[in-house]
Amino acid sequence: MGLVLLVVIWLITFVSAYFFIAKTWWLPTGASAAAAGIDHHFTTTYILMGIVFVAAQVLLGLFAWKYRDRAAGSPARYSHGNNTLEIVWTVLTLILFVGLNLMSSSIWASERFRPAEPGALQVEVTGMQFAWYFRYAGPDGKFGATKPELIDPSAGGESAIGLDTTDPASKDDVVTGTMYAPVNREVEVILRAHDVIHSFFVPSMRFKQDVVPGLAIHMHFTPISTGDYEIACAELCGLGHYKMHGMLKVVSQEDFDKWLAAREADKQ
Amino acid sequence: MTTRELAAHELHAHAAPQGFIRKWVFSLDHKVIGLQYYFLALTAVFVGMFLSLLMRIHLIWPSVALPLIGEIKPETYLSLLTMHGTIMVFFVLTTAPQGGFGNYFLPIQIGAADMAFPVLNMLSFWVTFLGYIVMLSAFFVVGGAPLHGWTGYPPLSALQSAGPGEGPGADLWVISIALFCIGALMSALNFITTTLDMRARGMSMMRMPLTCWAWFITAILGLLAFGVLFSAGILLLLDRNAGTSFFVPLVVVNGQLAAHKGGSPLLWQHLFWFFGHPEVYIAILPAMGLCSQLVSVFSRKPIFGYKAMVYAMLSIGLLGFMVWGHHMFMSGMSPYSAFAFSIMTMAIGVPSAIKTFNWLGTLWGGRIRFYSPMLFAIGFVSLFVSGGISGPFLAQPVLDIPLHDTYFVTGHFHLIMGVASIFGIFAATYYWFPKMFGRMMSESLARWHFWFTFVGTYAIFMPMHYLGMAGATRRYSQFTELAYLRDLIPLQKFITYAAIVTIAGQFIFLFNLFWSMKYGKKASDNPWEATTLEWTTATPPPHDNFGGHTPVVYNGPYEYSVPGAPRDYVMQNDPATVAAH
Repeated sequence: MGLVLLVVIWLITFVSAYFFIAKTWWLPTGASAAAAGIDHHFTTTYILMGIVFVAAQVLLGLFAWKYRDRAAGSPARYSHGNNTLEIVWTVLTLILFVGLNLMSSSIWASERFRPAEPGALQVEVTGMQFAWYFRYAGPDGKFGATKPELIDPSAGGESAIGLDTTDPASKDDVVTGTMYAPVNREVEVILRAHDVIHSFFVPSMRFKQDVVPGLAIHMHFTPISTGDYEIACAELCGLGHYKMHGMLKVVSQEDFDKWLAAREADKQ
Repeated sequence: MTTRELAAHELHAHAAPQGFIRKWVFSLDHKVIGLQYYFLALTAVFVGMFLSLLMRIHLIWPSVALPLIGEIKPETYLSLLTMHGTIMVFFVLTTAPQGGFGNYFLPIQIGAADMAFPVLNMLSFWVTFLGYIVMLSAFFVVGGAPLHGWTGYPPLSALQSAGPGEGPGADLWVISIALFCIGALMSALNFITTTLDMRARGMSMMRMPLTCWAWFITAILGLLAFGVLFSAGILLLLDRNAGTSFFVPLVVVNGQLAAHKGGSPLLWQHLFWFFGHPEVYIAILPAMGLCSQLVSVFSRKPIFGYKAMVYAMLSIGLLGFMVWGHHMFMSGMSPYSAFAFSIMTMAIGVPSAIKTFNWLGTLWGGRIRFYSPMLFAIGFVSLFVSGGISGPFLAQPVLDIPLHDTYFVTGHFHLIMGVASIFGIFAATYYWFPKMFGRMMSESLARWHFWFTFVGTYAIFMPMHYLGMAGATRRYSQFTELAYLRDLIPLQKFITYAAIVTIAGQFIFLFNLFWSMKYGKKASDNPWEATTLEWTTATPPPHDNFGGHTPVVYNGPYEYSVPGAPRDYVMQNDPATVAAH
């Protein structure tokens, strides 16, 4: 029985570890400035934890086999433990865990402690059951007012976010269902929700932030390669949660300007 | 067996009951109440498991019409998910290890005739039972069971118009949880008082089996955590029905302005997780205590580092109240507080690692007997390591950005809090069944059950980590809408197949349990040659546990292979103390 346990525990360990090492399934290719740092720390954590995982399971299987009860075996060792060993592994795990934590703190700080750069592109992201809307301030650089009583989700577009068209600042606001952003320029997202909590999740940008009714959360990220990136909702928001998705199109600054100008022209 | 005569005032608090109702229904006997909790959890675990089977079927065959149930709609999927989580967390993981085995064996292991407050004990079971009935009834009201998940985040859980199931079903869900909290609070008081005041002579705190320490610390956690959840539940009920706005700001649902303003959705999350994180330890601590016990009994060795184990559990309990914010790194909470919560969470990994080292240290140099309780205990250690190792990923806010609310989290908590705890329940069942029912369970069926479950649960939950790394979001009823999720469907299929096989394997257990009650081999009083007091009683134990006597304790709980002793174990109440050998 000890041998069977050893074989099964080792097999489970090595098969599980194989798929991690072979990266059969892995983080999607990073496409933001922050991705490299996050992925690097992910890999570090994962190598260290992987070693602990394999070592503990291998020992567990080994001990189960080696110390199985058999007629010829020596009697069990009468020992209540070893204080030196307890102190050694307490200190080692403390260094490992707290060390990992400190290593990752600077990445978190650069993502979440500093405000967006002055030249960042502002996009207001609104989540509602079950769609994402994106608003650009237009040439005046100002978002027009929105009013809860004007919100009409079934109408889509400007009405869905309750845009007050009588506000002069709202005249040039562009509201879309697909998010466009220029490459290599920081995007400041202003995250809002009208009904329940959603979560704005762009896997390739290593970006996730809950969108909470009553709060306007300012966050930022910088796309570094052009392409189409899927947006998901990561917080359970109701029966249509699984189909609440969108697309982020990262294009050159030139294409972005052209696209925005065309949307402005559509409005007039 | 060493006992002393009872003084008159020490006689059992209540006489042996007469009649079926007082004996088996409204019983004051902690053993009967323990069995009542156990069988409540047993029905709950099969209900919860059946719900998860329906979920897994829906995920890969979305349009299949099931007999009696019909086609599962997206909102039905979310109701299944909510009820699966709630039933498993409250009525299985909190109920069986503590209410079930704790009730039955805490008094016996410390040498008491019953719990401190038998009437309170009876009440706590029946309130819990009522909570369970109320929870199940949510399936049968207009709109069905709620879809807001077991975490019930408002505004989704606070507004009737937010989705199907958010009407009467959601009210019943909240009421059920509030009832559960009341039961858990009464039970916690009882456990704490019993442990502190009812120990037999010689049973100092540091001679208690680690199971008793685990139940004691779990009860303290319960006392501090369930009160907060109860209050949060009442506030949610008021928001839902009395027009208050604790958790709901100004919102527009389906184009209609709701009659709320100024509330904070994050307040609920703080209150919920202040309960919710200690709850994880409420589920796992009893299993830790039990597996420490079993690893020692079946290795025929004293536990490695008894005191370190006690201090580790105490520090897990203490730190467990300072880490709730790690569930909220992405919630919109201040990013500065994430620092504090993260470092506390990483720190809690240290006592968890100490426990693992000590389990390995106990096996080292032992003479391991592979009876079924030991197989499940070793399985527990393996799962605890595998589920624990993903903790330091999620505890770091930076890594939580890609992983939060993905299948990585689902895999993590199912391994460590779900399956590892359930391995504890299985191990406890195989270990104590002979004492509870006077017969042995079939060892060969138990082994088949172990292999099915051990390999099966890894096959289900390990791939969930891969899914999560690839960005697969939780709580999606379909993976058809996003291209990157469609690519992961083959892995989802594998998980469903593994789940079907593993679930089928659980019927081996169910059969073994009921078959052995009637046809199992007669058990001796101490079939495992263990040292703790429950193995000194008659089998099953009489109404007052020790048959008119109360034991006196001379030894620690883990005296195995003592050099010079006549057998390889020295009972706790053996007056020829270990020091004499």
